[in-house]
Amino acid sequence: MRFGLTATGTIGLDGGFPVWGERRFSVSSEPVTAKEQAEQRRMAWMAAAQAGDRRAYERLLADSVALIRAVARRQGVAVDLLDDVVQETLLTVHRVRHTYDPMRSYDAWLAAIAGRRAIDALRSHGRRDRREMFDSEALESYPDSGDASTETERIEQARYLREAIAELPPGQREAVEQLGLKERSLAEAAEHTGRNTGALKVNLHRALKALRNRLYREP
Amino acid sequence: MSDLSRHDSLINTLGAELVPVRRLPPPWRRTLGWLLVVSAIAAVLLVRYGVAGMQQRWAATPDLAWAGIGALITMMSAAWAAFALGVPGRSSVWAWLPLPGALLWLGASGMGCLRKWIAPGTHAADMHGAGDCLWFIIGFSVPLSALLIWLLRRAFPLRPVLTAVLIGLASAAASASLLEICHSFDATATDLLMHAVAVTLVIAANAVMGGRLLQRQ
Repeated sequence: MRFGLTATGTIGLDGGFPVWGERRFSVSSEPVTAKEQAEQRRMAWMAAAQAGDRRAYERLLADSVALIRAVARRQGVAVDLLDDVVQETLLTVHRVRHTYDPMRSYDAWLAAIAGRRAIDALRSHGRRDRREMFDSEALESYPDSGDASTETERIEQARYLREAIAELPPGQREAVEQLGLKERSLAEAAEHTGRNTGALKVNLHRALKALRNRLYREP
Repeated sequence: MSDLSRHDSLINTLGAELVPVRRLPPPWRRTLGWLLVVSAIAAVLLVRYGVAGMQQRWAATPDLAWAGIGALITMMSAAWAAFALGVPGRSSVWAWLPLPGALLWLGASGMGCLRKWIAPGTHAADMHGAGDCLWFIIGFSVPLSALLIWLLRRAFPLRPVLTAVLIGLASAAASASLLEICHSFDATATDLLMHAVAVTLVIAANAVMGGRLLQRQ
């Protein structure tokens, strides 16, 4: 494990606008707080992860969960949505990990991504709320009559969903078909497709996100 | 699956997918790369049109020189700000960086126009000539914007529309700077209006299209 950032000395910096409210880290022999030490550890883990160190990466992501939850809570995300934001943020961190500069604050970098994902979750949830009806008497007052228009609407929705699934990338479509439509277990799906369970899970997660985006997209 | 084990499971999967990545170079270095391309175009134009014409214009009318310098500063600062905003965690204050250059560019152009009204009689652009300026700025801005968008797609701009506006400003300012090399018109209201229309069109097109192109799920 590399802990270069805890060494004595000053790290070189790019550019030169310290007054612009951005945190840069210069490590000196002065004592640092536990919080700063924890962040410096995360910075070192991320630098190691960028070089392919899996162990450092997994520790970093596990350490990041609490930070992401705190950011999402500050943004006003409801408790039941916090874990969705955590998952989305972890996936984004994975995809854009090359944009992290080890000379800069990891926490600020992560908080910016988590904040973005929290806003996405709030928007997406808001859109769904506007479309859904929360009326406890609605079901009794207006029971589903099973008439032709309801049936047509159901057929139309099913067709729309089928089209959306058909347009997914092959890996994601396969995951939805195996795990969602055919209701196979992960092990069965893995055996059937020849893919490992981890890849299936990630593909399913991405597919559900893509479908959600498409189905709940603003007209 | 509980949320905790759900996270553990995802972390485990992402760990298994981990491969080494090439770090994004710092914004100033990426800005330099783009400026090199603009410099290469400027070199070609200088070879074609020479420096003498530009020097004569600038010596006789310093306001045109200041407008050109303003456009140059705007180009560099807007491109740098766009690359800085492409990295998560960078302050949105970066978006103000091009303001001084833009004010100089706008102010000096306006002053040139005012001087023209006070002392008319020099070579002024008619609608046809000003129309050429419009197409020059738009024509050069399209490839320069496309290059910036392509470079920024490797980054992760969390404010894609703001970043796209800065891309538009950088490429429009670059095109206006390049135009200075072969611009044979004095500042007039018509010419200034055409420049303003061209710059606005480039920025607006970038805000609408560039924002979408930079937005990644």
